Amino acid sequence: MGWAIALHGGAGDIPLSLPPERRLPREETLRRCLRIGVAALKANRPPLDVVELVVRELENCPHFNAGRGSVLTTNATVEMEACIMDGNTKRCGAVSGLSTVVNAISLARLVMEKTPHIYLAFDGAESFAREQGVETRDASHFITPENIERLTQAKAANKVQIDYTQPVLEKTPQVSSSNIGDSQIGTVGCVAVDGNGNLAAATSTGGLVNKMIGRIGDTPIVGAGTYANYLCAISATGKGEAIIRATVGRDVAALMEYKGLSLKDAADCVVENSPKGTTGLVAVSVTGEVVMAFNTSGMFRACAKEDGTSEIAIWDSVENGDLLLP
Amino acid sequence: MGGWAIAVHGGAGVDSRLPEERQAAAKRLLAGCLEIGADALRSGAMAIDVVEMLVRELETDPFFNSGRGSALTARGTVEMEASIMNGPDRRCGAVSGITTVKNPVSLARRVMEFSPHSYLAFQGAEDFAIEQSVGPAMSFDTGIQMNGLPISVYAPETVGCVVVDSTGGCAAATSTGGLMNKKCGRIGDSPLIGAGTYACDLCAVSCTGEGEAIIRATLARDVAAIMEYKGLALQEAVNYAIKERLDGGKAGVIAVSKDGEVAYGFNSNGMFRGCATEDGFMEVGIWE
Repeated sequence: MGWAIALHGGAGDIPLSLPPERRLPREETLRRCLRIGVAALKANRPPLDVVELVVRELENCPHFNAGRGSVLTTNATVEMEACIMDGNTKRCGAVSGLSTVVNAISLARLVMEKTPHIYLAFDGAESFAREQGVETRDASHFITPENIERLTQAKAANKVQIDYTQPVLEKTPQVSSSNIGDSQIGTVGCVAVDGNGNLAAATSTGGLVNKMIGRIGDTPIVGAGTYANYLCAISATGKGEAIIRATVGRDVAALMEYKGLSLKDAADCVVENSPKGTTGLVAVSVTGEVVMAFNTSGMFRACAKEDGTSEIAIWDSVENGDLLLP
Repeated sequence: MGGWAIAVHGGAGVDSRLPEERQAAAKRLLAGCLEIGADALRSGAMAIDVVEMLVRELETDPFFNSGRGSALTARGTVEMEASIMNGPDRRCGAVSGITTVKNPVSLARRVMEFSPHSYLAFQGAEDFAIEQSVGPAMSFDTGIQMNGLPISVYAPETVGCVVVDSTGGCAAATSTGGLMNKKCGRIGDSPLIGAGTYACDLCAVSCTGEGEAIIRATLARDVAAIMEYKGLALQEAVNYAIKERLDGGKAGVIAVSKDGEVAYGFNSNGMFRGCATEDGFMEVGIWE
């Protein structure tokens, strides 16, 4: 028992050679966000508030693919999406196709709390953002020079594949990681549980580099990229199309609910049964367990538990685990 | 067991004052769809082709709320959505925010087959339709598509179809105009894989009813997950999902299994539905 928190900044083909100037700022952001989340849990903030707070911080960091730092569509625009879910009530909110909203996750929460619907998208979601008076900025806030470069590379590498008038044989997203090595790394997310067993999950993303206009991935889909119920909370990351197909978030919970598996066994089962290189997730259970599982080469991730254990890592090996908490 | 089976629905939650002649018209339409599907399956058609074909039929007929009969948003516009999923490989396609495409289910199929993605929405989906030459094929005249009827009273939200073919392959498809007077940009359960639509190697499921309750329940995936992880039979899984997963929400489900079973369930006031199996059984109904 006790509180627990886990967060991620995306899973994918992260080369071990990732240069320090790309690695260190991300590790630092993970560490800072973990501290913020832990402090909020210690101050008895509800997990729903904690996951929103942490994901807002991750969205505001230009090094991750969500909010500021979102990758670009084939038209060089941003289309951000996000989802939040409360475990005990199963209330949830989701948004897609945002181009001006600074914190997509907070708009998802407003959809949950202020509308009769769960999911608003594109113009309707932007209008709702204006109605609610959330902070908006023009495109230059979200688009970083690094992402313009990524789009250029993705386009150069995938001229044929993104010509979707031709049948696409491989159903995986046709986006190469090219020589930046981490251009597929999408999505940020956070899951948390408090000492009373309240659970919540939140996920936010800019999607795929060079995605088609209007493409929706797994992030905003309840049961795919994001899910929480009375047993556990899950935020997934990786190749959206594979995660949608496998209903990754709900499947972890369903394996616990219907088959009686532990959180770890359920998460391992889902990740192992997904095609290699497609799926990562962070999850917490009502009893305060944490799992961070992936079948990609790496996942930017961090977690902490009430018993004092914590971890910040990218690849299989765990680094810096003891540098976190005072 | 074994052999093909089909189930179709035209939405759950039916006004009990629906005139007899409208009830008869709904049953004729559902029975007609089953005949078309049965013919196709007898000639060896694949489940994925049959669900697309039958949902197209239902979209094209203005009786139900999808395609030509779509309900209107708060601004008086049409925003249709649909999804389709093939069980054996779990490939899927979905579309939302469609305003001009005659058959959203076929656009969803194109997303599955010809795009690198699973789900396209709004302008991007309309652009893709133009590239794929499936639209824009119609412009909505709100007078016509309301079909002279107060759709808010008489028309439930969705149409859907599930099929298992003679090889045991399952597929599901769902299409809708969404809620009457919905907010612009609202996405419901129909295009969401695992919510309104789901198919895997065991079964195929299409849901209808209160979208928000269905999303929260991941209702379609749960019917399959209850079979897969809890070991229940198809009808038991449908009953369990309707009873335990909706938290008071109103919804209906149709499902088929790879073994050629067919099942349905609803806790709403009626569901337009029909089913047919290879052994010659056919049934259409509205009420309990």
